[in-house]
Amino acid sequence: MVFLDFFYALRSAGLKSTLQEWRMLLTCLEKGLHKSTVEGFYHVARACLVKSESDFDTFDLVFADYFEGIEGAIELSPELLDWLANPKPAEELTPEELAALEHLDIEELMKKFQETLAEQEERHDGGSKWVGTGGKSPYGHGGTHPTGIRVGGGPGKRSAMKVYEDRQFSDYRTDVALDTRNVKLALRRLRQLTRTDGPEELDIDGTIDKTCKEAGEIELVFRPKRKNDVRLLLLMDVGGTMDPYFEPVSRLLTALHEERGLRDFQAYYFHNCVYERVYTSGRLLRSESMMTADLLRTYGERWKLMIVGDAAMHPSELNSARGNINFRNETETSGVSWLDRLQRHFDRSVWLNPDRPVEWAMSSTCRQISGMFPMYHLSVNGLEDGVKGLVGARPATIRPIMAPGSSRL
Amino acid sequence: MSNAAAAESFGQFEGTSGYIASRSLIDAVNCSLALERPLLVKGEPGTGKTLLAHHVAEGLGMEMDSWHIKSTSKAEDGLYVYDTVQRLNDARFGDGNVGDIRSYIRLGPLGRVFSSEKRQVLLIDEIDKADLEFPNDILRELDEMQFTVMETGDEVKAKQRPMVIITSNNEKELPDAFLRRCVFHFIEFPDVDQMRDIVDVHHPQVEKALLEQVLTKFYWLREQKELRKKPSTSELIDWITALLRAGVNPRQLEAELPFMGALLKNEQDTKVISQYLDRDGKLPTSLDELKGPGRR
Repeated sequence: MVFLDFFYALRSAGLKSTLQEWRMLLTCLEKGLHKSTVEGFYHVARACLVKSESDFDTFDLVFADYFEGIEGAIELSPELLDWLANPKPAEELTPEELAALEHLDIEELMKKFQETLAEQEERHDGGSKWVGTGGKSPYGHGGTHPTGIRVGGGPGKRSAMKVYEDRQFSDYRTDVALDTRNVKLALRRLRQLTRTDGPEELDIDGTIDKTCKEAGEIELVFRPKRKNDVRLLLLMDVGGTMDPYFEPVSRLLTALHEERGLRDFQAYYFHNCVYERVYTSGRLLRSESMMTADLLRTYGERWKLMIVGDAAMHPSELNSARGNINFRNETETSGVSWLDRLQRHFDRSVWLNPDRPVEWAMSSTCRQISGMFPMYHLSVNGLEDGVKGLVGARPATIRPIMAPGSSRL
Repeated sequence: MSNAAAAESFGQFEGTSGYIASRSLIDAVNCSLALERPLLVKGEPGTGKTLLAHHVAEGLGMEMDSWHIKSTSKAEDGLYVYDTVQRLNDARFGDGNVGDIRSYIRLGPLGRVFSSEKRQVLLIDEIDKADLEFPNDILRELDEMQFTVMETGDEVKAKQRPMVIITSNNEKELPDAFLRRCVFHFIEFPDVDQMRDIVDVHHPQVEKALLEQVLTKFYWLREQKELRKKPSTSELIDWITALLRAGVNPRQLEAELPFMGALLKNEQDTKVISQYLDRDGKLPTSLDELKGPGRR
């Protein structure tokens, strides 16, 4: 099983390809669907093993790595490499000649290559059997063989083997930043369907049951429609270190406003950390604000809390009682106490951080806050996970709540 | 060439004159045919996912049945429907053959394709529209290509395993168990050269100078990040139809975008572009001025 390690390479790169899919691929190869070309093999393998365009790029990388690896795996003598490093230009082939060249399986090809390599003892250019340059043999480089193996050097005649090197699918990766549609897709999961109140619909099964019980006297049964019961409260950090993230954050906000499925949605703003006031606009004016205590009274614990912010600030801004640097302080309550109150008040809450996760540990306040709220990256994957955290199964462990030394209310 | 001989033993799809298919798409279709597994096709709206099924059927000389999925679709609908309400009604008023349950069983698209004598193509369109559990509910039926009508105990078993083509717009994630059983293909957005071929299929008479302008504007629009919905292939085809009907010449297209409504379907998008044009914003006049995939 020559390619089995290719399968394992895919799996260790994070693709979820299974044995069942691997067997599908083998069946296809047995039936000759790859037409004995590398391009064909690439298409067939991708169709069988990869089930999402977001994984195409990973597949391409592994494919490139694996088949480049073949070059390295064969022992090449320095002389051979030297002949190949100074190639002679290839002669043009007529179509008949091209067709006449034998099309080989990659396994066969590798075997023959190694056999040929073992026999060959001198530099060779322009022939049709030996490893060399400018020839019609399937091995070497700068040649014209349609399914050949390239041995070192840059590509001359572009053969199918190089398709995967373009990485044309890198745009489809899901660990990159958000666009509006991606955000919407992620938010689709923000659903908890319940039958509570609202308009009614005909319950067919109920009607049939009831009618049968009434011996054929038709009896119509109605029940409330299923509808989304998710109410979302969004708190957003604005200004300062959040300015570079204006684009992704505003996309998230637009998508949330357009998300018709939510039962209710409210957004408030803050700067750096939540203190006694939250603001109804990004200008953070006192006239457009609400007391955080009122916020907690207004929105019951069934609201889901989503906080967007980089959680990076001076430790005193989070932990000291007079930490609020930008505004006149009204009460002596630290930011961390407010965050703690929010976290305890709401049944489910998440923190979305636009900074890259590797940077989180660099800020002590970020470390502290990520201990209070489940923190996710503001990317497609992170948002999806965050949304799952809001509506999915409850995480088993409860995180430590208060940081040492912070004042309690 | 034993491989080639093996390839001949089942019908091979090679594209049709009315549908420009990439090599990778053709390979995927043939994999699905050989494995007798469903083909799952994803891609931007308007890249011809639904059309593919029609042309696979045409190319292979098979008949096609389709099942258009709605948010209310249930797996059972595809197999059969037992029309109890009709039967009850008939019973009350003494119509029909109430004693025979079979006359109230109506086969759904899957049931029809299974019971067909010839191998057929079945299109399951926009599977992501349905409930999240829907794909899992039809797993077994797609695997075994058979089901039992509970009310009568009748077995419906595929005489010829149909070629199943499933399209998805990515609105919902499909379950892994379902994906494992499918052959997958993602239709990429066509590049300029492929687009020329596609336009040629629909509008062979369009003159070259006009087409260059049309494609330039089209790929330029697709590069605009402010747009909420990028125009797609089908919209391009509509736009060209409108331009040809109105007899617009390439000159006019250089500085303006007539019939913009055919390309932009969103009020905000139209506004963004109109405002740009009102500010005397420049439109590119050749493909070389573009940065993105439009440019070669």
